[in-house]
Amino acid sequence: MSKEPVAVTGIGQTKHVAARRDVSIAGLVREAARRALDDAELTWADIDAVVIGKAPDFFEGVMMPELYLADALGAVGKPMLRVHTAGSVGGSTALVAAGLVAARVHGTVLTLAFEKQSESNAMWGLSLPIPFQQPLLAGAGGFFAPHVRAYMRRTGAPDTVGSLVAYKDRRNALKNPYAHLHEHDITLEKVQSSPMLWDPIRYSETCPSSDGACAMVLTDRAGAARSPRPPAWMLGGAMRSEPTLFAGKDFVSPQAGKDCAADVYRQAGIKDPRRDIDAVEMYVPFSWYEPMWLENLGFAEEGEGWKLTESGVTELDGDLPVNMSGGVLSANPIGASGMIRFAEAALQVRGQAGEHQVDGARRVLGHAYGGGSQFFSMWLVGDRPPTS
Amino acid sequence: MTREQARGAREIAVVAFAQTDHRRTSEEHSEVEMLMPVLHDVLEQTGLKTADIGFTCSGSSDYLAGRAFSFTLALDGVGAWPPISESHVEMDGAWALYEAWTKLLTGDADTALVYSYGKSSPGSVRDVLTRQLDPYYVAPLWPDSVALAALQAQALIDAGETDEPALAGVAARSRAAATTNSHAQLRGSVPHGEYVVRPLRTGDCPPIGDGAAAVVLAAGERARQLCARPAWIRGIDHRIEAHGLGVRDLTDSPSARLAAEKAGVFEQPVDTAELHAPFTAQEVVLRKALRLDDRVTVNPSGGALAANPIMAAGLIRIGEAAARIHRGESDRALAHATSGPCLQQNLVAVLEGDPR
Repeated sequence: MSKEPVAVTGIGQTKHVAARRDVSIAGLVREAARRALDDAELTWADIDAVVIGKAPDFFEGVMMPELYLADALGAVGKPMLRVHTAGSVGGSTALVAAGLVAARVHGTVLTLAFEKQSESNAMWGLSLPIPFQQPLLAGAGGFFAPHVRAYMRRTGAPDTVGSLVAYKDRRNALKNPYAHLHEHDITLEKVQSSPMLWDPIRYSETCPSSDGACAMVLTDRAGAARSPRPPAWMLGGAMRSEPTLFAGKDFVSPQAGKDCAADVYRQAGIKDPRRDIDAVEMYVPFSWYEPMWLENLGFAEEGEGWKLTESGVTELDGDLPVNMSGGVLSANPIGASGMIRFAEAALQVRGQAGEHQVDGARRVLGHAYGGGSQFFSMWLVGDRPPTS
Repeated sequence: MTREQARGAREIAVVAFAQTDHRRTSEEHSEVEMLMPVLHDVLEQTGLKTADIGFTCSGSSDYLAGRAFSFTLALDGVGAWPPISESHVEMDGAWALYEAWTKLLTGDADTALVYSYGKSSPGSVRDVLTRQLDPYYVAPLWPDSVALAALQAQALIDAGETDEPALAGVAARSRAAATTNSHAQLRGSVPHGEYVVRPLRTGDCPPIGDGAAAVVLAAGERARQLCARPAWIRGIDHRIEAHGLGVRDLTDSPSARLAAEKAGVFEQPVDTAELHAPFTAQEVVLRKALRLDDRVTVNPSGGALAANPIMAAGLIRIGEAAARIHRGESDRALAHATSGPCLQQNLVAVLEGDPR
């Protein structure tokens, strides 16, 4: 079975901010879509189908918003799919869209993910009481903090590593015009002295709540040939899921994450991710997840991820830059956050990441996860089309 | 997919289908408990285990469950360990099937498990569905789903396309057909009832109920191994229309017609059509758009007027059509699913059995 190669020829984002009061949800998504079309130098008429994703509908209080958004995204008369896989949804949405091209069902697909958190209250949206289930532990940080603790205990990582990640990502964000947080006066000391929210996670080591959208134009080989700018080529993509809670689940390094990465590497012919991959956009909503995912994704041996971070390898000018855009720590429109990782990976291999461009980035991984570290979606993009 | 594209691509079939008995309430069961027997049933039909399935995709809506991320726990019912390749659409399961179909087309998987479920009983589904509408200009007015369907029915009557006795006839035929469907919620002779919202009476509206469904897809030879007479998906396509009712002709369904054309429906006659028409008047609209005449057996299961578990009712149409092919009762069937107010979004599939 040969698949059609999939290329990214258009990328658009909104400037992520705490509240976009100047636009409706429709206005927000249209802005990102329009920018992606402009980047690809295409019009709405060139799009064969639309695949849209976002995190739970309760975040804006609109049930199945794709119905209302059909007009704003030029989808009338076209197929429109709505993906929802919790926090990994931005990545999954891009993969579903890529699947339409790879299967040769459609030639050119617009994919978009968004969250307009200011329309509602995400904390409330996640906090509805469910019979016979544990109440949510004071937001996502409450859920993830014990797993960070487990990581520190398991690996002996010094408690300074988390602040290094936050300090790095917030500095990287200063080079990304679309990032939500632009903290020009950031220092390591400021991160380290910020209030403790969920021990060991400090205020400055957490993601913001953002309004924002991200869109991409995905197309086939013929579409890529017409692209005015260098395309990014999908070399591998995969999703993996495991149950939320069960005895034996490794919350520090979930098996689904490992399997997902292994599948992507197999497709892309990656033998040694540490050597063969030039940079990574990974889903790090709490700073400690950088060293944790470095291990889960095979960039470091178990217990060694924090050493990569501590030694500066993951800095923008390091040997394996991580979250060049500033990452989820600097902008978190939840449903879009995964797609932003995928899109930023594509920007890098297209050489269009501007001030946060990594020189010579040829193969870059985009990574997203969601739920209780149970849903994973990833893709690896490159500057050359796949050879097999 | 257009039929030109479908030629030369790998053949994919529905090889098994299972559904719950649909009921007004299922408060004694969680969503997972409601789903589990269906998942077991559909896997037992094929002899497959969770670990044998190449791709899993589900459809559901958080708004029915009344909580965010409701689908994450449904995944527990699948037994996703070791980890599985899995995805979810916040749509009717018919669209989950579409995603799974594209996955099989790429060759990344040979089998797929598709499931969907909806429990309408915890809330007022008429009110809940108002939250689907434009959140700034329409939803604040709380126009409920029956009222919107009534607008469509009245437009159809005003256009001379139908009348109230004809609509009553649609309801009576559907519920008579459902007498042979042990899963249906409403069966047999049901009084047409009082007006709910004019011109729609109780009998013109679907029952509100809870239910789940699951389907197994397989590609090529794998399908033949798993099923004596696979229901081959010869074409499947879906289209959406504008959201604003004021810019649509409610007496027509251009999106259903276009999806049918792309799916290849009009190339040869179908003998069966399972239509997802929750309201009687919508069957009238769909029959016209899909060019179904009296030679076609429409909704032999009783359709959505006999059982309409939201988010599963569309997948059930595909399952019912496929099951008729499995049983040798159909050779070429049309299956349809809808979403959104007044048939805003429509999916059409053509299923065929091997020649006998």
